[in-house]
Amino acid sequence: MQLSELHGHKQYADRAFRGIALGAAGLVLLILGLIAVKMTQRAWPAFGVPFLSSTRWSAPEGVFGALPFLWGTLYTAVIALVLAVPVSLGVALFITQVAPPWLKKPMVYLLDLLAVVPSVVFGLWGVLVLSRHFGLGRSFLTAGVILAVMIIPIITSLAREVIETTPVSDKEAALALGATRWEMICAAVLPHSKGGIVGAVMLGLGRAMGETIAAALVIGSALGQITPNPFASGNSMPAVIANEWGEADEPHKAALIALAVTLFVITIAVNLIATAIVQRSMKRSHGT
Amino acid sequence: MMTSVPLDPHDDLARGGALTGGLDLGAKPSWRTTKNALMIAVMAAAVALVAIPLVAVLWSVLAKGAGIAFHAFPDFFTSTIPVISRKAGPGVGPAIVGTALVTGGATLIAVPVGVLGAVYLHEYGGTTTFARLVRFMATVMTGVPSIVMGLFVYLIWTMSFGYSAFGGALALACLMLPVVIGSTEQMLRLVPAPLREAAYALGATRSRTILTIVLPAALPGIISGVLLAIARAAGETAPLMFAVGAATAYNPDLFHEANTALSLQIFGNATSAFPAAQDRAWGAALALVLITFIVTLIARVFTSRLALKR
Repeated sequence: MQLSELHGHKQYADRAFRGIALGAAGLVLLILGLIAVKMTQRAWPAFGVPFLSSTRWSAPEGVFGALPFLWGTLYTAVIALVLAVPVSLGVALFITQVAPPWLKKPMVYLLDLLAVVPSVVFGLWGVLVLSRHFGLGRSFLTAGVILAVMIIPIITSLAREVIETTPVSDKEAALALGATRWEMICAAVLPHSKGGIVGAVMLGLGRAMGETIAAALVIGSALGQITPNPFASGNSMPAVIANEWGEADEPHKAALIALAVTLFVITIAVNLIATAIVQRSMKRSHGT
Repeated sequence: MMTSVPLDPHDDLARGGALTGGLDLGAKPSWRTTKNALMIAVMAAAVALVAIPLVAVLWSVLAKGAGIAFHAFPDFFTSTIPVISRKAGPGVGPAIVGTALVTGGATLIAVPVGVLGAVYLHEYGGTTTFARLVRFMATVMTGVPSIVMGLFVYLIWTMSFGYSAFGGALALACLMLPVVIGSTEQMLRLVPAPLREAAYALGATRSRTILTIVLPAALPGIISGVLLAIARAAGETAPLMFAVGAATAYNPDLFHEANTALSLQIFGNATSAFPAAQDRAWGAALALVLITFIVTLIARVFTSRLALKR
């Protein structure tokens, strides 16, 4: 009798623990849901038809057109990708396929260190060193370069993970047929990891679009610039929020939160697709 | 084919000539091998290219930050921040305390929740729809821009309770949570099933098995993941901008009054036209980089001591 009582007590504790753990896991969904609801609610008045299509942004007049910032966000992110993707792929392939084992570790450390340097430090370096001494000024290009440096570790580490799932038998088959190392990479490694690499690049894109502080420091904070000239000053959505929040009043604040909602929706969409692609390609390679 | 190419006497041994009696089994220099060498050189160049910005940034931080940070040694790390920013002089002490408060608070919130969440996903949820959804959304959540988290916390906390270090801690906790869940679940996966089965066989309940067997076995890995998340969080600026405020004096109170942080000091002083403020930005950058690197290093030590290997 005592035993069964004890058992019942234990079972109760067991269930309670399970419930707490369930709650902790569910918190992820709750937070994401709350972000979407709370911010959309607050930003609702600012979302008019002209918000995403108008090019004029003037806080004193209460005119808020976000198109130039959307352009700045996408343009700097694309510049960053163009610079970062070839480099990241080169590094990922070098670490996984070429480097001797003793070299691998220091290289991974190097990337880890790059990943952990705070974005505000990159921004500081960008604004006081890169933009001044390398003739880039505060511009889309400077922002793109800094963003590229920041997303290289992310793309590289994901690409590395995917590339490492290439079956050894595929690689050996290519080598046995007389392929050089590069031909082996083209014939076995790249076709296998194509999907995952696309996903990694998209995650890098999401990161580049959401990066705030470094962009806010080096992009130049020019209003209303929609130009393909990389040397022009511009602005991006997160940078506008960071730079203007301090002196923002009511309709202005709603507009800034509307920018954040737009950014949230875009980055979530990019990340959803990227995560789905990465998970599918990982599952496929683990399944076989 | 093998005889048509004259053997290079210098290369003979390297190509295995000694073993094959002069037969050259290595690849002949052709467009294919040249291309191979070229592409490998390109890959190596990419590695060198990545090292350039890291070295350049660290060099600048060290060269410009060390001067002010170590000029009158402990002063820079202990004095309060000058109220008038163009004034020369040391002081990021309150910012160091602020960074510690904000990051520490975030850790206290995110780690228990994250570890428990991961326990649910791996030990209970498995491949159920709910667990798969949470796992998927946690990965998506790592990509939510940090400034969005900052505004979110402004709306749910700062608007009602005012500036405090705790608001910043909440925002950072939101950023750390999915990272901690991800790294912890990966570590739980490495705990061998027989360990759990042995505990069940001894009559332990599921929760007891998890708390006394599974989590301790995965502990070094979990700590390593947590430390990496802390290193990232300590350097964040955007989530703190709307919640922490701008104090210049020490504020050790987590829940009340405006505070500050190293990253906020760097951001505020970076665009200043005054050399004194820029100097302080570099000094604060040095302090912040030191903190993040040291935490990362400790994480590495834990990883290398990992009993459970993949």
